[in-house]
Amino acid sequence: MFDLSILFPAVLNGLTTGAVYALVALGLTLIYGVLHIINFAHGAALMVALYGVYFLRAQFGLDPYLALPVMVPAMFALGYGLQRVVINRASHGKDENILLVTLGLSIVLENLALLAFRSDTRTIETAYTLATVPIGPAMIAVPKLAACAGALVASAVLLWIVRRTDLGRAIRAVAREKHGARLMGINVEHVYAMSFGIGLACLGAAACFLLPAYYVNPLVGNGFVLVAFTIVVLGGMGSFAGALLGGLLIGVVESLGGLWLGESLGQIGIFLIFIAVLLLRPQGLFGARA
Amino acid sequence: MNRDLLAIAAFALAVAVLPLASGSGVLLNLAMTVLYAALMAQAWNLLGGYGGQFSFGHALFFGTGAYAQVIAQLQWGLNPWPALALAVALAAGVGLFVGALSFRYGLRGSYFALVTLAFAEVFRVTALSVPFTGAGVGLMLPLRAAPANMQFASRAGFVWLALALVVIALLLTAWLRHSRFGACLQAVRDNEDAARAIGVDPFRAKLGAIALSAALMGAAGAFYVQVFQYIDPGIAFGPHTSVEALVAAIVGGMGTLWGPVLGALTLHLLAEATRNLFGNLPGLNMVIYGSVLVLIVMFAPRGVVGTGRSVRGLWARRGGPHD
Repeated sequence: MFDLSILFPAVLNGLTTGAVYALVALGLTLIYGVLHIINFAHGAALMVALYGVYFLRAQFGLDPYLALPVMVPAMFALGYGLQRVVINRASHGKDENILLVTLGLSIVLENLALLAFRSDTRTIETAYTLATVPIGPAMIAVPKLAACAGALVASAVLLWIVRRTDLGRAIRAVAREKHGARLMGINVEHVYAMSFGIGLACLGAAACFLLPAYYVNPLVGNGFVLVAFTIVVLGGMGSFAGALLGGLLIGVVESLGGLWLGESLGQIGIFLIFIAVLLLRPQGLFGARA
Repeated sequence: MNRDLLAIAAFALAVAVLPLASGSGVLLNLAMTVLYAALMAQAWNLLGGYGGQFSFGHALFFGTGAYAQVIAQLQWGLNPWPALALAVALAAGVGLFVGALSFRYGLRGSYFALVTLAFAEVFRVTALSVPFTGAGVGLMLPLRAAPANMQFASRAGFVWLALALVVIALLLTAWLRHSRFGACLQAVRDNEDAARAIGVDPFRAKLGAIALSAALMGAAGAFYVQVFQYIDPGIAFGPHTSVEALVAAIVGGMGTLWGPVLGALTLHLLAEATRNLFGNLPGLNMVIYGSVLVLIVMFAPRGVVGTGRSVRGLWARRGGPHD
């Protein structure tokens, strides 16, 4: 039997963790869900962004939240360049090749980080790292609340880009009918690279919201890769609102799993949900498009 | 078929005399590592190369074989040789289970890759949490060096054992290339709908391939614990093993008989060269490893074997010596 005094904080905590997951998954939703590029380097790119935030803090004393205007464009540039220079050239038009190239990229990025920073785990201290606010009977960490706000804003911005801008129209056109879009004068390579850039820019934002209360080491991204893919598939490929809801749901599942099954086994719920959704409802829980 | 068998026999003979010709521990260790990597790559190749199903979770079968091998000996007192058979059978069983689920629901391409990865994670997290796998502490196999215990005082014994397993894998692949089953599998890989239209059952073909592939991977897992006498959930089911198997197969050339062996050899020679040139910097060999993967996919998507063939083809067309 569980009384509400344990359940409520666990759910609330799960929701805030889920918001962080959603933030990481939002970029992947654009890359994987809309354009169907499997980006295995998503976790490694998050790791790069986390190191970026860490060094801005350690070298220049920049607050992680104030690092947003630096990290978002920097990660966008990295994504645009990677897609243009490496991934696009390597794909030869085949999905499997993109899978392999991004896998290779993640191996390279992770081990470059290992070479440069060893396997030490690094954290930063801010005035609000350990601050909490009471919500009902639960104490919620301030950085996690900020991440919730960040996830909401990021999904709103992404939604606006895809729905309302010319670039968004081009992205949707390329996702639906690549050759037709090219015939209509859309620069397909540019659209892919822009999408990849925006996807990684989301990671730049995610890193700024994560680091005040999280850590960074060369392998930190691994823990996020499968979770992010789970959220994208769960939310329905390409749906930003779905990714947000999926992220929150996964956060709660993990939190409750941890409560009932213990710390290590708790994560199993995420993978089981992932397998079940892939098998039974590959269009996702919230997705309408087949 | 006969040419394949002849080549396999020549390969077996050449590697088998290696321990007799040289007692160098470094050389024998390298030979063993390459053979073990080739076994995993060949296992992946059966499903990925000939079947076109890209698994990102082959560690699932590796870990199943490894744990079965250790648990059968430690907890049931089984001799390692029958334990190996059990490990192979269990891994094949897990392969059939995952394959039946994935292929029944029509998972293809990236979906199949992701679902295998997720299954490997389920097994890893489970192995971390249940007592009979030793949880996070892992399981240790006691050292009792004797051929009857599948443990050898010198590396030579392990080289021969690995060679035997690789030869079995090569024979299976050679059979696949020339059998009706193999033809069905390759037809499914090239165009599933067309294959179905001419009466091939894609589900059965893919299921057979994943069972064979998983069985070989299980043997690799069992071999691993016999050599290193230790296993934990991270080694058994972590992504590293899955990646190693598929990278070697791709670098060498998917869907070819000798690609996985050449891929394993290339990557390990490269790692060895890196170590000699730059010393043991952590991560550097993996940076090169990852870069090679990217470069191969970019510039030589058909791997070492495929590129060798096109170069030879060019040479022949330019009036060079014919072979």
